[in-house]
Amino acid sequence: MRVFMLGWEFPPFISGGLGTACYGLTRGLDEIGVQVCFVLPTAIPIGQVGSSHVDIRTPDDLPSSQDYEPVAEEDVQASQFQNLEIHRLAATLQPYSTPPAVDAELRRLRAQAQAQAAKLCRLRMSKQQQARGEKTKALLRDAINGNGKSNHVKIESQASLALPKGSLVVGGAGQHYEGDLMDQIHRYAGLACRLALVEDFDVIHAHDWMTYPAAMAVAAATGKPLVVHVHSTEFDRSGQNVNQQVYDIERAGMWAAAKVVCVSHLTRNIAINRYGIPAEKTEVVYNAVDLPATDEWKIEPIGRDEKIVLFLGRITMQKGPEYFLQAAKKVVGKYPNVRFVVAGSGDMIRNCIELAADLHLGRHVTFTGFLRGQDVKRIFEMADLYVMPSVSEPFGIAPLEAMSHNVPVIISKQSGVSEVLTHVLKVDFWDIDEMANKILAVLHHEPLQKTLSQHGQFELAKFSWEDSATQLKGIYEAITSN
Amino acid sequence: MASVVFYFQVHQPFRLRRYSVFDSSHAYFDDVNNEAVLRKVAHKCYLPTNQLMLDCIRQHEGRFRISYSVTGTIIEQFQQWAPEVLDSFKALAETGCVEFIAETYFHSLSFIYDRDCFIRQTQLHCDLMEKLFGRRPTVFRNTELTYNNDVAKTVEDMGFKAILTEGADHVLGYRSPNFVYNPPNCGNLKLMMKNYRLSDDIAFRFGNRAWAEWPLNTEKFAGWVDQINGNGYTCNLFMDYETFGEHQWADTGIFEFMRALPGAIMANGKNDFLTVSEAVERYQPVGEVDIPHMISWADTERDLSAWLGNSMQSNALHDVYALNNEVLTSGNEQLIHDWRKLQTSDHFYYMCTKYFADGDVHKYFNPYESPYDAYINYMNILDNVRTRCGNGE
Repeated sequence: MRVFMLGWEFPPFISGGLGTACYGLTRGLDEIGVQVCFVLPTAIPIGQVGSSHVDIRTPDDLPSSQDYEPVAEEDVQASQFQNLEIHRLAATLQPYSTPPAVDAELRRLRAQAQAQAAKLCRLRMSKQQQARGEKTKALLRDAINGNGKSNHVKIESQASLALPKGSLVVGGAGQHYEGDLMDQIHRYAGLACRLALVEDFDVIHAHDWMTYPAAMAVAAATGKPLVVHVHSTEFDRSGQNVNQQVYDIERAGMWAAAKVVCVSHLTRNIAINRYGIPAEKTEVVYNAVDLPATDEWKIEPIGRDEKIVLFLGRITMQKGPEYFLQAAKKVVGKYPNVRFVVAGSGDMIRNCIELAADLHLGRHVTFTGFLRGQDVKRIFEMADLYVMPSVSEPFGIAPLEAMSHNVPVIISKQSGVSEVLTHVLKVDFWDIDEMANKILAVLHHEPLQKTLSQHGQFELAKFSWEDSATQLKGIYEAITSN
Repeated sequence: MASVVFYFQVHQPFRLRRYSVFDSSHAYFDDVNNEAVLRKVAHKCYLPTNQLMLDCIRQHEGRFRISYSVTGTIIEQFQQWAPEVLDSFKALAETGCVEFIAETYFHSLSFIYDRDCFIRQTQLHCDLMEKLFGRRPTVFRNTELTYNNDVAKTVEDMGFKAILTEGADHVLGYRSPNFVYNPPNCGNLKLMMKNYRLSDDIAFRFGNRAWAEWPLNTEKFAGWVDQINGNGYTCNLFMDYETFGEHQWADTGIFEFMRALPGAIMANGKNDFLTVSEAVERYQPVGEVDIPHMISWADTERDLSAWLGNSMQSNALHDVYALNNEVLTSGNEQLIHDWRKLQTSDHFYYMCTKYFADGDVHKYFNPYESPYDAYINYMNILDNVRTRCGNGE
């Protein structure tokens, strides 16, 4: 069994749970012997992914000639700039964006990327890498000005590869920031089709709406059955103010699919009720979590007498950060020795900082910005309580991650993960009194923390990527045998 | 001859209302829900079953005899919301064929935490039984049949002549529950142990269609009782009274079964029915059963883990009994009564995490979505009790 999988992010370059889920699912599939060809829209440095369990293909892998060659890993690792450029790429095209937001974001990022690229060159120059730095600088300048022979800054060794026309890879190259999100999605579709014709596979598996046009095109071109995986819907991201274009793409993808895989019954119900998908065409496959390695180096906790209550997620309407702050206000009145940490970034960050100020919470709230990798682990290690007050959460992997670090968890009842978790505290996202009540209970009563985290450990054992992958394999087999 | 000893447990707790940490009211109990539950159970179980028992006693001219333990908390609820149930119990008492036995008034686990509380609550219950039904109890059963050698000794010192507990396999071993036993180090106290197989055939398995013996009829059950002849004296059928009409719904045929059972059991002339104290008077102990650790009739473990199985339960129980002195010295009668009602074992049962993920009997009239909610709510109320002790109102 070989799967042509279309996604939009893959660790460590992630902005949300989608990348984590794609990583876990592909690793699970790998363990049960299913081959995955994972197609990403941007030039992701594979060396950093730290996994060779999937073949990662990006449009970069398509040279201008019709011959297809995978990227050699050493080449990618040789890149010194991946963190900078690639991160920005991922942010621009993150799956949680909406078209108008992306347009604005594109303009902002273009300016920022140019500034940062130039700054990076200066930094590199100051180190003992002058020779190389000069070369890089030249390359970068070319890229930024969009007038170089190579308008792709990924790595020198690839600079000689001419990019296919209309490449999505925007790596600091000004001209490639042109166009809106929908344009890029359609360009991605074209490129994916070209790639599909040189790849051999049995099933197409597409993650979330941005990949649906590409997946449908590939399905039409190859006649292979399509599985769409719904990690979130437009109703989750935008409430009732849905973007019609996005909704149409989602619906078309779901209709075109042989099977619609949903991350929870909550999401399945949306697929059935809002997108008119027949119930028998849908399946629920829950996400899972990787337990942290026990031999991992433990970070020394910073000496403190404060308790830490953590919010970790995108700062957007969907995630309910304002409810977290409102509850925080109620908590500090009863328990002053507490710090509320808001970790993440998003379009509501300014509103949230202002709200915290209005509520006179300055002393009790810390905004960390976007955290990744080791920083996420650190903040979980430090936290006494994790709160996920999401207004709408199709699944919610973060609570599982918190539990894997022995952190007690409060989740909103409006989340998919609430269907399967019992050893957590649950609240309605709007019920800030009850949220504060439960936060205070965890802060006050050690036996509660203890029972939650002890039982939580047992409960986590129920979740395994291998089980989720086994379910997927069953779905692949069912639709290919028809 | 085998004597069937029926004993029914009649109890409802005062469930707590939703009490947030931001609440400061002294009204802790959910009167609306408690009244609704009580009325519902009264109409589905207590009233029809009491009538059934009364009919059986009359039909068999006093040869059908039974025992009850009715907690103080449910008596208060009857008085408030369903006095007709109390009247029907009084009618049963007047037949002379019904015995009421003693327990802690508040259906509490006080024995484990505070011996004085335990004695006081048992006396309160004896007073209540005497006042309502005209006879002071002489037999004791501890909350949920929790029992060990110490309970026996304490109860003997209080003047009781017999005590009931679970006939748990791990304490009886090869021995049968169909005899009367002695606890160690007690002079005269007699121990009656529940025949859990036959009791649970009625209480748990009666309506279970997956059970090999379903449907259970009176002839079959009487046949099992007959087998005790020659192997024992008594058949101790101890169960929740809510078995009739609540745990086993009327449509399972439980009422018809119960109505026909006395006749079927006495049909061959070899068996009879006794109340608990009549049984211990007639039969002499055959040996000593040593139970140093606590047992109970709950779950498959037959231990305390349903009320004291996780750190939340331990913490809540410890904290409520830690308030003993402060509450009692406050002289505030309302506060003392509220505090005692908070000791009812059900509050801690709701915090049990053992079967929480599977869902089962622990959900019976459980007002909480999770054991964590139960704990948080309880601890918030206890905080308020603490403030009332402090300011001496």
